[in-house]
Amino acid sequence: MPMLQVSVWRGTKEGRYVDYKVPRQTSQTVLDVVTYIQRKLDSTLAYRYACRVGMCGSCAMTVNGVARWTCRTHVGALIGEQQDAALQIAPLANLPVIRDLATDMREFFDKWTRAKGFYAGTRTRHDDFAPVKPQSPQAQALQAGIECIGCGVCYASCDVVGWRPEYLGPAALNRAWTLLNDVRDGTHSERLRAVSGDAGCHSCHTHISCTERCPKHISPTASIAGLKRASVAAMVKGVL
Amino acid sequence: MHTARREAQLWLAQRASAAILGICVVVHLITIIYATRGGLSGAEILARTRGNAAWLSFYVVFVLAVAVHVPIGLRAIASEWLGWDGRMRDGLLIAFAVVLVLVGLGATWGLFW
Repeated sequence: MPMLQVSVWRGTKEGRYVDYKVPRQTSQTVLDVVTYIQRKLDSTLAYRYACRVGMCGSCAMTVNGVARWTCRTHVGALIGEQQDAALQIAPLANLPVIRDLATDMREFFDKWTRAKGFYAGTRTRHDDFAPVKPQSPQAQALQAGIECIGCGVCYASCDVVGWRPEYLGPAALNRAWTLLNDVRDGTHSERLRAVSGDAGCHSCHTHISCTERCPKHISPTASIAGLKRASVAAMVKGVL
Repeated sequence: MHTARREAQLWLAQRASAAILGICVVVHLITIIYATRGGLSGAEILARTRGNAAWLSFYVVFVLAVAVHVPIGLRAIASEWLGWDGRMRDGLLIAFAVVLVLVGLGATWGLFW
């Protein structure tokens, strides 16, 4: 049976790569490889996953130097049919490592809170439904960014996060942009202020790594550009 | 001033000055290439620029755009590469902007007068 050479990060911030041999299978995903190692070769390997179908956003890792969702990344798509090709699997960059392939996502999600990435409606159960036309520019902009699963791939791929750890990052800013386009939300001004400050949307250099790597094909770059425009427009109007 | 407003103003200033520089740098480079490849001497260049209000205006705009653009860019580099934030950084960069204006306008005046 053909075998894969897999090099896996073991440790925390300090550690080393450990090599494993894993049987090559048809339609094998990187998550299958990691799971095989944990179940058959070394039960102490720490990693995280839940749904296995690209919905929960918990299994992202750095595979051959690139942040990816491992449950939907086929080994064949990375190394083709080569028999002697190797995989290197590491935890996501720009996040503290708890152990092995599991990262601490607290700071990532805390930044969503700091960016006011939560819905704050203005209507009560006694009010009528808010009319939202699906073809309106705001609804279109909201839809373009709404499918984020919070996997952290964009955050791990962002150079600015690496340079400025306090930078809110692509996912939190994308979420803020979707809410800014939600006509039912009542905290647009506060949110715009929260994302426009030091280490906010204006810190983005438009490197587009987040957009390039987002497994859901969202463009946080476009969302951040929208926030920049909205921020400057508010500043010019004197309401920022 | 509120941080958000300041960041938005700096971002707008950076982009607006970049747009001006985009034009100024092209004109400046074409002028340099024309002057050097055409074999103009320093005296011949000065003969064309002295008393010429158009060149004076052009280089005043160029210098002011540089003085706005460069310190804002350095501010980001200071934050990202050196982890340097705060008033000391901003104060030094404002001083640097003043130096750029003085040196640049001095050179421009030298071409005009």
